[in-house]
Amino acid sequence: MEGTFFMVLAACALVPAWLAVRGANLIHAALWLGASLLATAAVYAMLGASFLAGVQVLVYVGGVITLMIFGVMMTRRHEGLVALAESRHQGRAAAIAVTLFAVIAQAINATDGLDAPLSAPVSANGSALGRALVVDHVLAFEALSLLLLAAIVGAVVIARRRDPPDAREAEVPS
Amino acid sequence: MTLAGCLTLAAALFSLGVYGLLTRRQAVAVLVSVELMANAANLCFVAFSRFRGDVTGQALAVFALALTVAEVAVGLALVILLYRAHGDTRVDLASEMKQ
Repeated sequence: MEGTFFMVLAACALVPAWLAVRGANLIHAALWLGASLLATAAVYAMLGASFLAGVQVLVYVGGVITLMIFGVMMTRRHEGLVALAESRHQGRAAAIAVTLFAVIAQAINATDGLDAPLSAPVSANGSALGRALVVDHVLAFEALSLLLLAAIVGAVVIARRRDPPDAREAEVPS
Repeated sequence: MTLAGCLTLAAALFSLGVYGLLTRRQAVAVLVSVELMANAANLCFVAFSRFRGDVTGQALAVFALALTVAEVAVGLALVILLYRAHGDTRVDLASEMKQ
């Protein structure tokens, strides 16, 4: 029963992923990515990581997809909705991706002990994860908050519209 | 549901991301592919966390998630910069340093 459900979820993650990397319409591609991430959140929930499933829906599907759609809408031209420019090397790219998947799948098959059914979930509630985040790995946690702040300030600085120098001087009262 | 199933799903998602990364030329589509690959890595973290009965894998997944969000914010700022400089968002336009 669980295995069947996992196969359905895997299909729900893989088909939208394929549509996200192949679709010509960038907005549709971003939305298909959201569908794939939602299916992954369901897999997290099946694996007992309920907090991560919630964070995945809130941060990824709620935040990142919205940001990407904004990014597409702010930068599209008249025909910019359609990604006309595709690489000429489709065949080589497909060969590389298939080879990569074959190598990893072979490595998974060759490793013993991976086929046993998974044990009970590590934490039904979020307390163990909370302790791991702000007690055991508190330094990484704080460093990450600093990195997020730096990234957001950096993004604002990069995307800021730069006034021409003479316009800036004109604003300064002499 | 086995660990092998989860890892195979993650490998398939990652390979799809690699394929998109290699074929796409629109900057936002490249970001979509990168997100797919990061998501596959997160799935591995969570699956191994369950496999080992240790919550550290989930903590790592939370950290990786936050890193991905920072990456998307900077990436989209670069996309907007690219659009302002060239009027288009094809990544091969950003080749000033090549000459």
